[in-house]
Amino acid sequence: MRLRYVATRVVASALMAVAATLVVFLIAHSVPADPILAQLGDKASANPETVARFRARWALDRPLWAQYGIFLARLAQGDLGESIASRRPVLADIAQYAPATIELATLAAVLTLLAGVPLGVLAAVKRDTWLDHATRLGCLVGVSAPTFWLAFIVLALFYGGLEIAPSPGRLDAGAVPPLPVTGLFLADSLLAGDWATLRSALAHMVLPAAVLAASTVGLITRTTRAAMLEVLGQDYIRVARAKGLTEGGVVGGHAVPNALIPVVTLGGLAYAELLAGTVLTETIFSWPGLGRYTYQSAIALDFPAIMGVTLLVAVVYLAMNFAVDLSYLWLDPRVARR
Amino acid sequence: MRGRTLGALGAALILGWLLVLVVGPRVAPYAVRQVDLLARLRPPSADHYFGTDALGRDVFSRVLVGTRVSLPSGFAVALLAAVVGTLYGAVAAYAGAKAEEAMMRVTDLFLSFPPLLLAMAIAAALGKGVTNTIVAMAVVWWPKYARVARSLVLVQRSVEYVEAARALGDGPARTLLRHIVPNAVGPIVVLLTLDVGNSMITFAGLSFLGLGVVPPTPEWGAMVADGQVLIEQWWVSTFPGLAIFTVVVGFNFLGDALRDWLDPRARRQ
Repeated sequence: MRLRYVATRVVASALMAVAATLVVFLIAHSVPADPILAQLGDKASANPETVARFRARWALDRPLWAQYGIFLARLAQGDLGESIASRRPVLADIAQYAPATIELATLAAVLTLLAGVPLGVLAAVKRDTWLDHATRLGCLVGVSAPTFWLAFIVLALFYGGLEIAPSPGRLDAGAVPPLPVTGLFLADSLLAGDWATLRSALAHMVLPAAVLAASTVGLITRTTRAAMLEVLGQDYIRVARAKGLTEGGVVGGHAVPNALIPVVTLGGLAYAELLAGTVLTETIFSWPGLGRYTYQSAIALDFPAIMGVTLLVAVVYLAMNFAVDLSYLWLDPRVARR
Repeated sequence: MRGRTLGALGAALILGWLLVLVVGPRVAPYAVRQVDLLARLRPPSADHYFGTDALGRDVFSRVLVGTRVSLPSGFAVALLAAVVGTLYGAVAAYAGAKAEEAMMRVTDLFLSFPPLLLAMAIAAALGKGVTNTIVAMAVVWWPKYARVARSLVLVQRSVEYVEAARALGDGPARTLLRHIVPNAVGPIVVLLTLDVGNSMITFAGLSFLGLGVVPPTPEWGAMVADGQVLIEQWWVSTFPGLAIFTVVVGFNFLGDALRDWLDPRARRQ
């Protein structure tokens, strides 16, 4: 029964991901912009022969449905095509840029949870005290600060002013990156036993990860608080109190586990958004990640690259939704029984 | 009590910025395009309250005049999305099971992307310009309204006064527009208020990436981008960013208070 549920979800998610590429394909091709001018420049664009060769090379001379057909046929073989800008397979490009973003987004997500869940629980338990009000104020202020501006402020303050933070980038300028195994600097330097690089990589991640976390922590805190208040009003909490459980036992043993479900949902979505939406922070911190790659592809109208990144992002989103639903099986016995 | 104070503070911030929007260009001490290479990158002083940028332009004047782009465009995106999304969601809730399913799948498709990423791709394809950026954002912005509107209309459909209206002979379009939408509009307004700030941040973000306004139009996101490498000359980026921040805080304070006020569970206490 459960296996069948998983199988249908996987198939449905895969279909949704492909449908998502169709949406982006149509949007990207429905605008009058021409990748030729973006790629070849004015001079070469004036030469009809060059233009014709360029069009034929990237199948831009074919009808739209045929272009999308080519994309699907390649996709079926696990090939995302070649990027017009880098002339490399899109898959290779993604493999090069993704680890930097994964590393950063994961650390940011961890920071978000570590700060957001305890703050939310505390705000709910100490409802209507100054602590609750201060948390609420902090959350509202946090979501109101534009990430790119916050990134600039912390960089100017801690790197420029106080000089306690390292320069932007994944490592110091000129430093040798660890031997690439996973592409994640933290994991690779750990595998190589290179403690100096590990420390440097971690130090470079602290500020950008904190900036990213600042933008999502408000949401997690507020959700945790709301869920906790809901749970704390339930009868079984009263029963637990009546049994003579300590307040800590009631909150930690009964309330928090039951309040986690909406937090997991939003946390999963926030993580997916972090994985895909770090372009602004990456720009300020010179972080060579997926966000920058997507931005450059969009600017250059590099259709194969745009389609590849779209597919990846859609897959990440859908997979995260799926993972969230699966976690209910574990968090909520009522879902598992169905 | 505390929520009401914050709401009032938010409203005051918004009103203050609206005032700047109206009188800004008239009280700005310098012309926004006035390049003065001899006065490049001056720190804040009595002559230039917010200092000058890399071209010697007065940052204070540019922040004041920047309201003319940043405020209306963020508002336009949210309003456009709210109108389109609400109608779409309302029609979907009314359209019968199969059409409803199909229409909501389309919104799911749009919601399976991070809004900034999709808006970025569309804005890049459409080219620079305020109108293009607004269009690009509106394309990705409406689905959340569609979702909320659909669920609100589904609830309203079975309410007694709607059944009464139908029994009195009102057609589906009239029932929807005259009875259901007006009664479902409250939560949409709260969502809109909380969303305007969000939409202003995203618009500024696209501008920051170089996808918004055509220079030298003063726009806050683009101004932050102008100063992003000037870490020593912090004022070039800091003040326009502070402007975005204060406007958005205003809308979030107000929206949060409105939500509490409309939510009966929060009001009871």
